[in-house]
Amino acid sequence: MIAEAGLIALWIAASFAALQTVLGFAGLRAPAPPRLLGGISLIQAVATLAAFAALLLLFARTDLSVRLVAAESASTLPLLYRVAGAWGNHEGSMLLWVTILAVSGAAVALFERRLAAATLAATIGAQGLIALGFFGFLLFASNPFARLDPAAPAGLGFNPLLQDPGLAFHPPTLYVGYVGLSVAFSFAVGALLARDVGPAFARAMRPWVLGAWTFLTLGITAGSYWAYYELGWGGWWFWDPTENASLMPWLAATALLHSVTVLATRDGLRAWTVMLAVVAFSMSMVGTFLVRSGILTSVHAFALDPRRGGVILLLLAFYVGGALALFATRIATVQAGAQFRPVSREGALVANNLLLSALLGVVLIGTLYPLAAEALTGEKLSVGPPYFNATAGPLALLLVATMAAGPLMRWRREEARALARRLVVPGLVLAAALLASFWAAPDLSILPRLGLTLAAGLAVASVAPLAGRRLRRTPLFTWGMVLAHLGCAVSLAGMASESGFSAETLAAARPGETLHVGPFAVRFDAVDPVAGPNWTAVRATLAATRGGAGAALRLAPEQRTFDTPPRQTSESAIATLWDGQLYTVLGERVPDGRWQVRLWWKPFVTLIWAGGALIALGGVLALIGRARPRRRPAPEREGFAPWR
Amino acid sequence: MALKTVRLLLWLPLIAFVAIVALVAGGLIHPHETVVRSRLIGQPLPGFTLPRAEGGAPLTPAALADGRPHLLNLFASWCVPCAAEAPQLRRLRAAGVPIIGVAIRDRPQDLAAFLRETGNPYAMVARDDAAALQVALGSSGVPESFVIDGRGVIRYQHIGAIGPDQIALILEQLRAAR
Repeated sequence: MIAEAGLIALWIAASFAALQTVLGFAGLRAPAPPRLLGGISLIQAVATLAAFAALLLLFARTDLSVRLVAAESASTLPLLYRVAGAWGNHEGSMLLWVTILAVSGAAVALFERRLAAATLAATIGAQGLIALGFFGFLLFASNPFARLDPAAPAGLGFNPLLQDPGLAFHPPTLYVGYVGLSVAFSFAVGALLARDVGPAFARAMRPWVLGAWTFLTLGITAGSYWAYYELGWGGWWFWDPTENASLMPWLAATALLHSVTVLATRDGLRAWTVMLAVVAFSMSMVGTFLVRSGILTSVHAFALDPRRGGVILLLLAFYVGGALALFATRIATVQAGAQFRPVSREGALVANNLLLSALLGVVLIGTLYPLAAEALTGEKLSVGPPYFNATAGPLALLLVATMAAGPLMRWRREEARALARRLVVPGLVLAAALLASFWAAPDLSILPRLGLTLAAGLAVASVAPLAGRRLRRTPLFTWGMVLAHLGCAVSLAGMASESGFSAETLAAARPGETLHVGPFAVRFDAVDPVAGPNWTAVRATLAATRGGAGAALRLAPEQRTFDTPPRQTSESAIATLWDGQLYTVLGERVPDGRWQVRLWWKPFVTLIWAGGALIALGGVLALIGRARPRRRPAPEREGFAPWR
Repeated sequence: MALKTVRLLLWLPLIAFVAIVALVAGGLIHPHETVVRSRLIGQPLPGFTLPRAEGGAPLTPAALADGRPHLLNLFASWCVPCAAEAPQLRRLRAAGVPIIGVAIRDRPQDLAAFLRETGNPYAMVARDDAAALQVALGSSGVPESFVIDGRGVIRYQHIGAIGPDQIALILEQLRAAR
């Protein structure tokens, strides 16, 4: 009965989404009472939540008479993964997506008070239309509650690679981000329909963009750390289509975040902001589609049959194509916003936006190129890290330069001299870091060296806006910006250090042998069999000492074999020290009885994710700062504090 | 820029998007092969000596090089898709295909029970307790089947269970390997 109840809830939600769409768009001419729209979207949200709760319950109980549960779960799994299995598959993740969407739509309808009635109604209508498409998809093409008759004797299990606490919570984090972008998209559509693109629209949209961006940042950071420790290859970013699928919307959201601030506070970049809102949501849909459709090969390979892929593609074409057509026909009627000089805070933000867009283009082209090449020449090829590193690396370093200078500029126009004065200290730090790097590491290659020195300069430039201010009275969103930029510097330092100073040892060893990597001597003590709840494994015992002295670090990397579905995973063992990580992997057994052992010493690699966390924290602070009512009426007064 | 140029530029995003959709739709309509082909195709079987589950002389590559094509099937009693595959293997057996089974990481009593239940389709069953042959073949999981020609050369690799609609394909590969 639970499955049927879930299905009924889904139908109720769909019909209310339809009602919301019709009333919302009709509201462009004669706005319905806000309470009515709010009530409708609330019912839709509650019904969707009920459907999702039903799915969670079915998975927690491992109800094998439901096709999805039988195909994607097994009663032998620990409870956490039985529950996480609910969204670790195609149908369940779509239901989670639409659940977050419906809840966000209700939040907009119930709490948004800054927009004109017509704009708000059109926004809610657009949100209803997006939800309607996904409800239709769930109900007609990929019903998560479909029964299996007769019930399966045993479940097929859950992808062992996803059986990890990090991965259980990774997709919901990203989905919150994607859905936040869909709200920004609806705002853009609503504003275009009502011809109301201005600061009020930007202020209403900004918290959603900030929230979405914060969650995307967290999701990408967590995903990167997961790939690093779970896949056992010792890297943290592979430019896999799945990674790109979350990176592309993040890049667009980062650009949007900056342009929406210009629109909200200076009434500039109107058309550009609307465009970015459309692009950011498009990227989240394109990325999700590419990964989910199985068109591009990826480690995550969520294979999907072409019919369903076709339906998602039609939805995508309808929403994004419709919005872009609306943009092309309407944006010319939007009045140009305020003007500014090229050398100004706005100018720096435009440069930032252009660089981010270029970066997005480079990643998009690299992701789609294999598909295009196969369509044109029939040849199968892949675009690997070398392309992305060569193209994205220099763009990212340029971006760091604008990130350092931008916050030190005034709005509207800046005296070149005054700017140069403010850049003296960061410039000196940069020069000192460059000299220090030549002294400490003369053989370092060019990109890591540039990365390290730029990171030092950016770190100083990031905190410079706090100089000479009373810190306790500094607004939270300024703190947010400072922390986020500082986080970029920290991440950059980690990336540069990892790529410049990592040491690697790959050896076949017998128990008793000692291997060396970086400053460590690693004794390979033993290999023993161990058993877990739904896997068996061989586990190596390693003892690492630094410089051959002191207490030994114990590490126990494993090779796990899962039964349902049958699959091997390697569980790396990582020792985290203050100045880096010692990363160990147990590989295959060589026929002569030795074992392959991989060891890495990665100095300061943890800074990569610490920086990511810092960036997300900056987002949270800015969000709180924006959400709280302002005490002082005009914080953006000209010439007072240039970094506001 | 002239106003007309600006108007045209506004349509550029839509044009770029339509191009992407067309490209992706093309990819959907003509799905490419997602299975990565083994590099072992066209190469002789790696050397191995595995104990037979029924007892008797151990299984070596020589047993597969008797002039007839064979189907080498990696399976395990603990593997659910393997049980689903069993009816197809029985039909292949009925069609006269000699099937060599290799049980991966299995226990003798579980294996015996599994063969009783599924109606043993194998001409011979060998035990690969350490998954050594599986590793040597570059196989990523069970079930997995290989078509071996009469000289012991790997001709075709089938990843995953053989479905009811794939029997014709397997028979064709076996004919081609003759």
